Amino acid sequence: MNTETMFGWRTALKIIFLLLMSCVILGPLSITVFGGFKTLGELRVSPIGLPHEWVFSNYGDILGSAEFWGYLKNSLVISISCVLLTLIVSGMAAYCFAQLHFFGKKMLFAYFTVGMMFPFATAILPLFIKIRDLGLLDTPVGVIFPQVAFGLAFSMMLFRGFFEQLPKELFEAAQIDGIGYMGFFFRFTLPLSVPILSTVATFVFVQSWNNFLLPLVVLNEQPAYTWTLGMMQYRGAYMTDWSRVLAFVTLTMVPAVVFFFAAQKYIVAGLTGGAVKG
Amino acid sequence: MSIDTSGGALTEAQATKVLWRPSNAVVTFVIFMLPALILFTTFVMLPMIDAAHFSLYKWNGYGTPTEFVGLDNFERLAGNRIFLHSFGNSMKIIAASLFIQLPVALILALLIYEKHWSNTVFRLIFFLPYILAEVASGLIWSFIFDGDYGLAAEISRWLHVDNFYILADRQWAFTAILTVIVWKYFGFHMMIYIAGLQSIPKDQIEAITIDGAGPLQVIRYVKLPMLKPALTMSVFFSVIGAMQVFDIIIPLTNGGPSNLTHSIVSFLYTFGLQRMNIGFGSAVGIVLFLFCATFAFTYRSTFQREKGAR
Repeated sequence: MNTETMFGWRTALKIIFLLLMSCVILGPLSITVFGGFKTLGELRVSPIGLPHEWVFSNYGDILGSAEFWGYLKNSLVISISCVLLTLIVSGMAAYCFAQLHFFGKKMLFAYFTVGMMFPFATAILPLFIKIRDLGLLDTPVGVIFPQVAFGLAFSMMLFRGFFEQLPKELFEAAQIDGIGYMGFFFRFTLPLSVPILSTVATFVFVQSWNNFLLPLVVLNEQPAYTWTLGMMQYRGAYMTDWSRVLAFVTLTMVPAVVFFFAAQKYIVAGLTGGAVKG
Repeated sequence: MSIDTSGGALTEAQATKVLWRPSNAVVTFVIFMLPALILFTTFVMLPMIDAAHFSLYKWNGYGTPTEFVGLDNFERLAGNRIFLHSFGNSMKIIAASLFIQLPVALILALLIYEKHWSNTVFRLIFFLPYILAEVASGLIWSFIFDGDYGLAAEISRWLHVDNFYILADRQWAFTAILTVIVWKYFGFHMMIYIAGLQSIPKDQIEAITIDGAGPLQVIRYVKLPMLKPALTMSVFFSVIGAMQVFDIIIPLTNGGPSNLTHSIVSFLYTFGLQRMNIGFGSAVGIVLFLFCATFAFTYRSTFQREKGAR
C-alpha cells in the first residue's frame, strides 16, 4: 500500500515535470507558428495562444515571393551536393582504408582524423581569402567544397568501421568472379552499406541546410543567399514587423521538422553509433 | 574442343590474376584516395596553416601579407578587453553546458529511456530544438525576449512593471543567450544518454533491485557507471561545441550591447572578417585552435588511459 502510493507520487511528479519541459520546448515554437497568423496589433497585446482573427497575408506574401523560393532552392542545391559529394568522396577514401594495404596507412588516416580537432572558425579567414582567390565567392561551389572537406574525417571514420565489418568471403567470391576493387566498391560495398550511408547523409544534410557562418562568409549577393542568410536579411528588412518575421521562421521550420520526422530513425542511429564508438 | 575450352579458362584465370595484380590496387588507391586528399588538404589543412601564417602579419586581405609583426597580434589580443570578455563568455557557455545542460539531459534521459510510446513522444519533442537551425532558434527567442511584443512584454504586463528589454540589458543579455543555448542543445545530449541507458543489460538492474536497492541506488551503482562512455563523449562535445558558438548570438544580440555578449567566434567574425583585419582575426582563430587542441589532447589521453585499463 505504502509503496503503491509512493509509486503514484513518483509517476505524477515525473509526468508533471515532463509536461512542463514539453511546454518549454513547444511554447516558443507554437508562439512562432501562431504569431505568423496574427496582426501586429494582436501580437503586441497577446503573443500567446491562438489568433482571434486569422491573418493569412503574412504567410501568403512570403510564399508568393520569388526570393523565398530562391533561398530554398539555393539551400537545397548546396545541401544535396554536399550529401552526394561526401558520400562518394569519403566513401571511396574509407574503402581504401578498409580494403587495401599500403605503406603509411596509419599516418594517412591520422592526417585526416586530426582534422576533426580543428575548429572550423580558425580556418574561416584563410578560407575566405582562398575562396576569393579561386574566384568561388557567391557560387554554391564555394560553400560546398569547404563544407564537405570539414565533414570528411567524421564520415570517413564511420564508413571505415562499417566497411571493415562486411564479410571478407564476399570479397573473395567477387575476386574469383573477376570483379576488381573498384567494381566491388560500387556493386557490393555501397549497396550493402545503405544504413550507414543514410545516417551520414542525414547528418550532412541537416548540417549544411542549417549552416550559417560559411554561407555568410562566402555569399554576398542576395540571389546566391541560402535560406539562413535570407531569413536574417528578411529580419533586417522587417525589423519590428514581427508577425512577418515569425511567418518566415515558421515556413523554414516546417521542412526541417518534416525532414526530422521522416529521418529520425537515421538520426538516432547515428547518435547511438557514435556513442558506442566513443 | 575440350582442350580449347580449358585453354580459354586458363587465360581467363590469368586475366583475373592480372586484374588482381598490385597495379589494380594502386589504380584504385589513386582514383579513390585523391579526391578526399585534395579536398581535405585544400580546404582544411592549408587554411589551418595559413591561419598560423597570417596571424604573424598585419594584413587587410589584399595582395600578399608583407607587414610582418611577429607576435604583436597575440599581444594585442591579450590586452583587448572585448576579447577577454568574449573569452570569458565562451567559458560561461562551457559552464552552462556542463552544469545545467548535461544534468537536465541526464535527468530527462533517466525518466524516458525505457521503450514506451509516450516516452518516444517526449523524446521527439525534446530533440526538436536540436534539429532547428541556430539562426531560426535565435530569431524565435529574440521575439520571446522582445520587451515590446514577446513573452517578456506579456510577463511585464502581468507583473505591472515597466517593459524590460533583456537582450539590450548589459547585465542579463548573456544569461538570455545561455538559456537559448541550453534549450537548443540539451536534447542532443539526452539522446546520447538514452542510447547508453538502453544498452544496459536488464538483468543487472534486476539483480540489484532484488538485493533491495531503491531506484536512486540503481542509478548510483548501475546506471551511472554504465553511462560513463556516453558521459565522457557528451562532455567532450559540450566543451568543443561551446567554444564554437556563433550562429545563435547573431540573431539574438549580434554581440551587443557594447560588445558584451560576443563569443570567441563572433568576436573573430566581427573584428577579424567584417573589418578585414585578417592577421588579427587569424590570431583569434589560433587561440581558439590552441584551446580546443589542448583540451582534446589532454581529455583524450586521460580517457584513453582509462579505456586501456578496462
